[in-house]
Amino acid sequence: MTQYMALLYYDRNQYWDSPTETEFAPEYTEFARRAIEAGVMRGGEALHPVTMSTTITVSGGKDGDVLLVDGPYAEAKEVLGGYFLLEVDNLDEAIAWAAQNPGAWRGKIELRPIAPIHA
Amino acid sequence: MDATDTLVEVLRSEGLRVLATLARTVGDLAVAEDALSEATITALERWPETGIPDNPRAWLAVVARRKAIDLLRRESARSSKETAGFRWGTGAAPDQIEEAIEAMEPETSLRDDMLRLIFTCCHPALGREAQVALSLRTLARLEVPAIARAFLVPEATMAKRLVRVRSKIATARIPYVIPSDAELPGRLAAVLAVVYLIATEAHAPTGGDAVARVDLETEAIRLARLLADLMPDEPETLSLLALLLLTSARTSARTDADGNPVTLADQDRTRWNHAAIGEGSRWLSAAVNRSGGVAGPYQIQAHLAAAHSTAPSWQETDWDRIVGLYDLLGSITANPVVALNRAIAVAERDGPEAGLAALKAIVGLEYSYLWHAAVADNLRRLGRTSEAVGELHTAVTLAPSKAEQRLLQDRLHAARSELR
Repeated sequence: MTQYMALLYYDRNQYWDSPTETEFAPEYTEFARRAIEAGVMRGGEALHPVTMSTTITVSGGKDGDVLLVDGPYAEAKEVLGGYFLLEVDNLDEAIAWAAQNPGAWRGKIELRPIAPIHA
Repeated sequence: MDATDTLVEVLRSEGLRVLATLARTVGDLAVAEDALSEATITALERWPETGIPDNPRAWLAVVARRKAIDLLRRESARSSKETAGFRWGTGAAPDQIEEAIEAMEPETSLRDDMLRLIFTCCHPALGREAQVALSLRTLARLEVPAIARAFLVPEATMAKRLVRVRSKIATARIPYVIPSDAELPGRLAAVLAVVYLIATEAHAPTGGDAVARVDLETEAIRLARLLADLMPDEPETLSLLALLLLTSARTSARTDADGNPVTLADQDRTRWNHAAIGEGSRWLSAAVNRSGGVAGPYQIQAHLAAAHSTAPSWQETDWDRIVGLYDLLGSITANPVVALNRAIAVAERDGPEAGLAALKAIVGLEYSYLWHAAVADNLRRLGRTSEAVGELHTAVTLAPSKAEQRLLQDRLHAARSELR
């Protein structure tokens, strides 16, 4: 089994104001219900708009100064608006699931395989 | 074909079959490729002395399996945890893989393994450029320097591209499967598009001085033959092979003794490869018989190529049929290049006035040298030579290769001399 992070990108101008509205939007809920029932969903949430973001970096290596930027890391036309984690056999299955999420027709979904980091 | 050529040919055709099965059993294309490469090197060292074995495929398979097991053992010793998750199948330990390989009957599933390999190389999650590079390396078994030369990129760039694409197949876990019936039409179209792209690159090399690169054309036909052999009931697969054979029949007549391009109208038709025309026509008939009356885009293009290849001369070409075929093709794929070729046929059938009108109706070819050259041709035939000179001047500027530029320069000089 492989885990895929599904990253949901939306046009910045069409991005919702309140993620709770969308989180509970019936289409997304329905998708989540079916994916959970099929045993392929390993969690996921919507994200508040990028205007709520804070980007941090530590300058000069570990224990250096914490620098903050009010806003997202990259100013882009399309913004990350949510995510969910799929656990399936292969990319074809991940694509088939992601194509049923409303994010796939409201925006775009990037599927990234998870690289396991062993503690 | 000398001894070395025979040896290389056996290694290529049998190597592909060995690879297809090995990739499934070890569950990793990169490992299978590396193992086969090592086995090939061993064969190149030994076969010239021992002669080619009676069953070269079995020989290669055994040696490649041993190499694969060695590679997996080495890798497993290095990082057992990480690699286990990235394998097709269960991520079994090397010993289990060895047992599985020993227990396997390779011949029974060979066709399925070949199809798995083909559909994996042309998986839609890989970009077209990646699909083409991987298909030439993995399916056509070309060496990296040859692929790099064919696409005019540095060898290191092509090597990196191949490493990345194999790594993506393993890491993103693109499955080693034959698409389901529901997915097959779309997935097959992607495979055919890759082969077609290799063939068109052979015909219209981007940049450089050669009019056509015969090696890529040969490779495209070779791949199309493989597909026709594996999927004999898919009409578009047969049509693609027909199209490539019919088009390749004209390759030797497409350049003159000095290497300059010769257009279809001016080609010496006795120099066409009539054996290839005959074979292409037979494949086209086979495709028509299987298509149930619905012609796909490759079948229509093959009919077009056949109409040209069987015409005694440019003037005696059945232009009415050709316009009709382009109408049909245009109704499936709205493509300005199809409209351009249709307009050229219209000019032959109905005269330059109609041809010019058809050309002017096309949107989206403002930067195509072929469009400007066709407009110029009709203007000249209408006696509007000074306008034709302007169009030819634009065409020369836009021509992608030096050979095409020379051809258009000649026409430009001829048109200018008419003006004086």
